[in-house]
Amino acid sequence: MNEAITLKKNRPLVEVRGVCQTYDKGSAGKLIVLDQVGLTLTSGEIVGLLGRSGSGKSTLLRSIAGLIQPSQGEITFEGAKVTGTPDGIAMVFQSFALFPWLTVLQNVELGLEAQGVSPAERRQRALSAIDLIGLDGFESAYPKELSGGMRQRVGLARALVVHPKVLLMDEPFSALDVLTAETLRTDLLDLWSEGRMPIESILMVTHNIEEAVLMCDRVMIFSSNPGRVVAELRIDLPQPRNRQDPAFRALVEDIYARMTARKEPGSPARDGVFPGTGIAMILPRVSTNLLSGLMEAVAAPPYNGHADLPPLAASLQLEIDDLFPIAETLQLLRFAELVEGDIQLTAAGKRFAESEVDARKQLFAQQLAAYVPLAAHIRRVLDERSGHKAPARRFRDELEDHMSEEYADQTVRAVISWARYAEYFAYDEESDLFTLDNPV
Amino acid sequence: MIFQPHNRSSQSDAAALARGRIAPNIYDLIAFAMLAALVMLLARGAADMRAPADLLSTSPVTLDIGNLPEYALRTTLRMFAAIIVSLIFTFVVATLAAKSRRAEMVIIPALDILQSVPVLGFLTFTVTFFLGLFPGSQLGAECAAIFAIFTAQAWNMAFSFYQSLRTVPADLDEVSRGFGLSAWQRFWRLEAPFAAPGLIWNTMMSMSGGWFFVVASEAITVGNTTVQLPGIGSWLALAIDKQDFKAVAWAVATMAVLILLYDQLLFRPVVAWADKFRFEQTAGQEKPRSWLYDVLRHTRLIKIAGLPFSWVWQRAMLLRLGRRRIVEPTPSPLWLAKALDYLWLAVIIGVALWGIVAAINYISQTLGWHDVFEAFSGGLVTLLRVILLIALASLIWVPIGVWIGLRPAIAERVQPLAQFLAAFPANVLFPFAVVAIVATGVNPNVWLSPLMVLGTQWYILFNVIAGASAFPSDLKEAAAVFRIRSWSWWKNVILPGIFPYYVTGALTASGGSWNASIVAEVVSWGNTRLEAFGLGSYIAKATEAGDFPRVILGIAVMSLFVTLFNRILWRPLYVFAERRMRLN
Repeated sequence: MNEAITLKKNRPLVEVRGVCQTYDKGSAGKLIVLDQVGLTLTSGEIVGLLGRSGSGKSTLLRSIAGLIQPSQGEITFEGAKVTGTPDGIAMVFQSFALFPWLTVLQNVELGLEAQGVSPAERRQRALSAIDLIGLDGFESAYPKELSGGMRQRVGLARALVVHPKVLLMDEPFSALDVLTAETLRTDLLDLWSEGRMPIESILMVTHNIEEAVLMCDRVMIFSSNPGRVVAELRIDLPQPRNRQDPAFRALVEDIYARMTARKEPGSPARDGVFPGTGIAMILPRVSTNLLSGLMEAVAAPPYNGHADLPPLAASLQLEIDDLFPIAETLQLLRFAELVEGDIQLTAAGKRFAESEVDARKQLFAQQLAAYVPLAAHIRRVLDERSGHKAPARRFRDELEDHMSEEYADQTVRAVISWARYAEYFAYDEESDLFTLDNPV
Repeated sequence: MIFQPHNRSSQSDAAALARGRIAPNIYDLIAFAMLAALVMLLARGAADMRAPADLLSTSPVTLDIGNLPEYALRTTLRMFAAIIVSLIFTFVVATLAAKSRRAEMVIIPALDILQSVPVLGFLTFTVTFFLGLFPGSQLGAECAAIFAIFTAQAWNMAFSFYQSLRTVPADLDEVSRGFGLSAWQRFWRLEAPFAAPGLIWNTMMSMSGGWFFVVASEAITVGNTTVQLPGIGSWLALAIDKQDFKAVAWAVATMAVLILLYDQLLFRPVVAWADKFRFEQTAGQEKPRSWLYDVLRHTRLIKIAGLPFSWVWQRAMLLRLGRRRIVEPTPSPLWLAKALDYLWLAVIIGVALWGIVAAINYISQTLGWHDVFEAFSGGLVTLLRVILLIALASLIWVPIGVWIGLRPAIAERVQPLAQFLAAFPANVLFPFAVVAIVATGVNPNVWLSPLMVLGTQWYILFNVIAGASAFPSDLKEAAAVFRIRSWSWWKNVILPGIFPYYVTGALTASGGSWNASIVAEVVSWGNTRLEAFGLGSYIAKATEAGDFPRVILGIAVMSLFVTLFNRILWRPLYVFAERRMRLN
């Protein structure tokens, strides 16, 4: 008996070897989303894929589900190569992905219907899945009548009813409020530890570090642009885990440090954050309100200019996907430094936090001119032209030689919003023109 | 143009699709040429089929009140036959366009042009063609009438369905693929339900428009062939011929009853039912209601009667028709795909060129440059009429619509009335206008014009009402708090707020007016005949004379005008409205 369980525990279910995923960008070459990713998922474990947006973790999940074909490398499920969408793997979505025109029961039955299961058996199996997941009484409700938590329960029941061996979860709790998410996590962990679900292994994508430490036996940390596995951590804390436990906190801290670590020790830290160099750097759209808000928060007590990221994120109620782009933009603008999971304001950052509006704008414009090559480039072109006007299209085209259309658009928009705040140059959406004349 | 069920998200999808189709491109030209060739072929074929003129004289239409219910029924049946054909067309053609890139290259521009082709212009060939197809039976004439209604409704339905298929939510697509739904299951579980609200709304709007064409197409004269199908349209034509005022009044009343029944027994229940397919995860918003739907839902007998159907349906869902989709098809080498693309493009350009040459040849056999000039100047006059009348109707109905829309209690009662009026075939009312013009002796060139917007102005009204009703109350309150009044209120608050709705309404009204010009620029009452100079009367006269080359020329010119008018004015406005004046 015991032997059987250990045997089951060590069986490799999914194996990912050397998977690359690239997208063709036309003339600009290829955009690498996943770069040589390897992973083994064995039965009896919950594995978390942790990384920021753009790290390709969702892409990897979809490749395992057979929804997309990797450009290179191999994925096997129970020894067989994944070509179509294999039976035995089911998925739970961040957006729940429920069919609004089907009732809870019909939504849960959908996968069985696709397998050609007869209506009577379908109903019986669906009802027991609904029962298991705590949805009794909601069978005839439509998704729009349910709260987010209940909807994700439907998503879970729908995945479980087809008796999968592997359950893939794509940020399953990130669309829920804090309380609901916690309840769902606990319920899922209970079902898992009591062995009441037919699944043998769970692979979940998350960008919530605490969630990963709370639920997973193993965490793979992804870097972004391109997505690579940069670290793998085994988490041996016994379940149920306590967030206040010092060992738990230490793990969270450790992961933060690893995620803010410089990619290569030799490279200049600041410019290495965003992919691309010079004007071709892909910039995130971060509002100047968030930038100044974070600087003020770090400047104020108790941090006084130097903050540890995990408690800062917790007190500001920001997840890493929200916090990191802000912090890294500050780093790009030399308002702050990110070191080993800590953020420290530079002299300019401290000055900014203490200044009034006009001085702030001036300071921001200086940093923009000095450290954001695209902004300086646009300004230079505007200065050179006699009419001080230049079509934004021109710069977008220029960027598209180096990046995809969406990234070019995003980057230009980011620069526009920063330049508008700093009154560095103006932009007119109607005519799509950059100008120097600010409305007086 | 696609009608939107006042659902903002799908409207923005439509705008996104429309944005790509503003500047006329090579595909528009190709589509245009191909259609011209097709029409020309049809005309030639039709000319060869000499249909017997006395075909339908065996059971002539009479002005006997006792016959009116039967006529009404037959008119309605024609409508339903057309709607079924349109649905089949939609499912086949739109699905093809959504699934095959090469088919899409031809189908979408073709649909776009077809939307601008005057429906009644077609009648000339189709009547002759179908009469020749079924010699000696009424079936040919029936087919021609049904085809006329079909051409009035199929295009926008197909567009709506295509647009939905192209915008199926990515996560639901992934679920369907993850579970390995077959193509058949995927269609019925994902694609058809997702497309349902838009398609149903478009079907209903098309049907409203269809009444106009069924009336116009039942009694028609092409050259020496006169067709009178038993129906309200023929009744009306006869009444006009005999100058029987009472019979015209009866036709109006019957039409009103028919549309009322259609609204209550079909339109509303179906819209109420389709509400569950709306792709919004949130509850709230006002639900469309229908007493009949409520009754049906609560009737046990209906449920029991429906059981066998639901059993069959459930079994049908288990069918595994269609290959299970395996990831993405392995792409063929890039050069091969490119080469095939060019080959395909060469083929369609070749066909189009041939079409242009053949059509020009055909027309130039009998017509010269002065005819082209005549058609174009007629087109300009009709264009002027459309612009002036839409502007006039907007001036009248926008303020009224805003006033009504901001008062929910009134809007609730007026809105169905406006929709009813939009569905009412205005051509039934034409005789009254003729009598009035003759009696007062005013210039028909001016006074026939209002007939063109008689039926279509209501689209402006009910869209504006919908827009004003949906205007957010916080903005209303903000305007009140800051005392924004009079012109400033109109300019800065309400006009931008209703603009997207107004554009939809005006666009529909303008399209309808072009179509209506064919019956509105030439009207008669007994032997009295009034005529206004314009492209509509040009086509109408050519039809009557059975002069096919002139009809083709007229249709081509009108399609050109409508297409350019849409591209230059309406579509940019539509895109602008979506980009700048969205309220959410």
